Amino acid sequence: MRNVYLDHQSSTPVLPEVFDVMKPYFTEAFGNPSSLHQYGLRVRDALKKARQQMAALIHAESEEEIFFTSDGTESANLAIKGVAYANERKGKHLVVSATEHPSVIQSVEFLEKQGWTCTRVPVNPEGIVDLEALRAAITPQTVLVALHHVNHDIGTIQPVVEAGKICAALAVPLYVDCEASAGWLPIDVKEFGAALVSFSPHRFYGPKGVGVLYRNRKARIVSILHGGVQEGGRRAGTENVPAIVGGGEAAEIALREQPARAEHTGRLQRRLWEGLRTQIPYIKLNGPEPGPTRVPTNLNLSTEFIEGEGQLLLCDLNGIAVASGSSCVSKSLKISHVLGAIGLDHALAQGNIIMTLGKDNTDEDVDYTVETFAKIVTKLRGMSPMWDEFQKGVIDSVIAPTGRGKSFSQHAAEVSGKAAH
Amino acid sequence: MSDTYTLYNPTVMEHFMNPRNMGDIKDADGVGEVGAAACGDIMKISLRIKDGKIADARFKTFGCGSAIASSSMATELIKGRTIDEAMNFTNQEVVDALGGLPPVKIHCSVLAEEALKAALEDYVKKHPELAGKKPAEQAVAA
Repeated sequence: MRNVYLDHQSSTPVLPEVFDVMKPYFTEAFGNPSSLHQYGLRVRDALKKARQQMAALIHAESEEEIFFTSDGTESANLAIKGVAYANERKGKHLVVSATEHPSVIQSVEFLEKQGWTCTRVPVNPEGIVDLEALRAAITPQTVLVALHHVNHDIGTIQPVVEAGKICAALAVPLYVDCEASAGWLPIDVKEFGAALVSFSPHRFYGPKGVGVLYRNRKARIVSILHGGVQEGGRRAGTENVPAIVGGGEAAEIALREQPARAEHTGRLQRRLWEGLRTQIPYIKLNGPEPGPTRVPTNLNLSTEFIEGEGQLLLCDLNGIAVASGSSCVSKSLKISHVLGAIGLDHALAQGNIIMTLGKDNTDEDVDYTVETFAKIVTKLRGMSPMWDEFQKGVIDSVIAPTGRGKSFSQHAAEVSGKAAH
Repeated sequence: MSDTYTLYNPTVMEHFMNPRNMGDIKDADGVGEVGAAACGDIMKISLRIKDGKIADARFKTFGCGSAIASSSMATELIKGRTIDEAMNFTNQEVVDALGGLPPVKIHCSVLAEEALKAALEDYVKKHPELAGKKPAEQAVAA
């Protein structure tokens, strides 16, 4: 059986050359970078180099603007809470897009319980933020605007340069979450007009256990993790040296190989979507068509009349690793908030699968996935009462309405008269 | 990877991959279709009833792996039972027979119980001679 990894948005393998540079920092160069002897000083220099490599990836002016955290979630928490607490006296209002990552949304909700207010800016059906609404949401009390570069679910590329101009004109710092874009799209913090940017090397062939937060020197931020004076006093705690060194190496390689990687995955992305849409009826791509407003790695699909977890399990049993934003896959039994924010019909949100390509995927991987996924859909539709009822004209398709029958949602509501709980 | 890891236990995976009694019964004696308001799953069970016993049971499910496995197991368990026995069927039987479900998936087995009871109620409705007693009372009387 072929093994096809199509979940590069959740993590990627560490490159062998990245692993090689990490190894000495586990055993031989084990010193604490805060120590003032040879062991510490050697490691301190290694961190400086990694900082330079991270700065280069996002075109930051200086490595002094780079802070290391434990992961992307911590970076997002530091960006949101750190700026909010530092500017408490200026104002207690935040602006975020409706489709931010949970690490941003949950940080904001935490602050809302403590008296901050937040405006969530809507997105259009392709997931692109409404810039006029974003501009209108900013008040004299606004201390931060958060807008991701690429959406973690549907791959939408946001107009961050335009958002940056709006924020600059109104003198509000902009935080751009680049978790889903770093290593795959060019990032220039100056062009973005970003005061803060976060990303994690494990999304581009680096190790887990390290996150990066870029902070422009003009942006005020306080620590949310207290202890020693590591990371310029902005993030206490001993740095994860091997991961930081490996992450720096991965960043350097990503900067060099980004155009080739994006070209390769972009070609496979189009081949995959073309194959799926011709082989499978009643399938929909969520987010923009492959092209300038979609990251070249991601396909977010809704296959009608079947549910996402069954698709995921059968893909896995056939060697294909994918993700899903359907409610059955989440521990909260809720659909992905991104699918809700783009106004996707609940029936389609239920049949959600996310495939994300990487540099090592091949044409054969794509063709195997198309062929296998088509069989999986046929199998699950054969088990689905909804497919049967669609054939009989009892319910209609959302993707390609025939004009016969009621909506899936109406039908679901009728048979769900008695709640299961 | 040399080892295989699974989301559910081997019994649940087996019933998901090779579901028993999947399909519809033509001109069924009772059909029940229910949905879970919480997660959006939909389950349909149809029954063939002969001499007061469940002679055949089939399912169709729009739902996750554990919902498919729960409906497969529920239809296996109820075949051969009398209507009264089937009215006393509980989701716990499904959970036990499957060797357990993750806590967040217990509601899938509840859906299977509800689909079965909806199919039995449909049968009782079509047979007024049985409707002298409400299904619950029949169960108690039995």
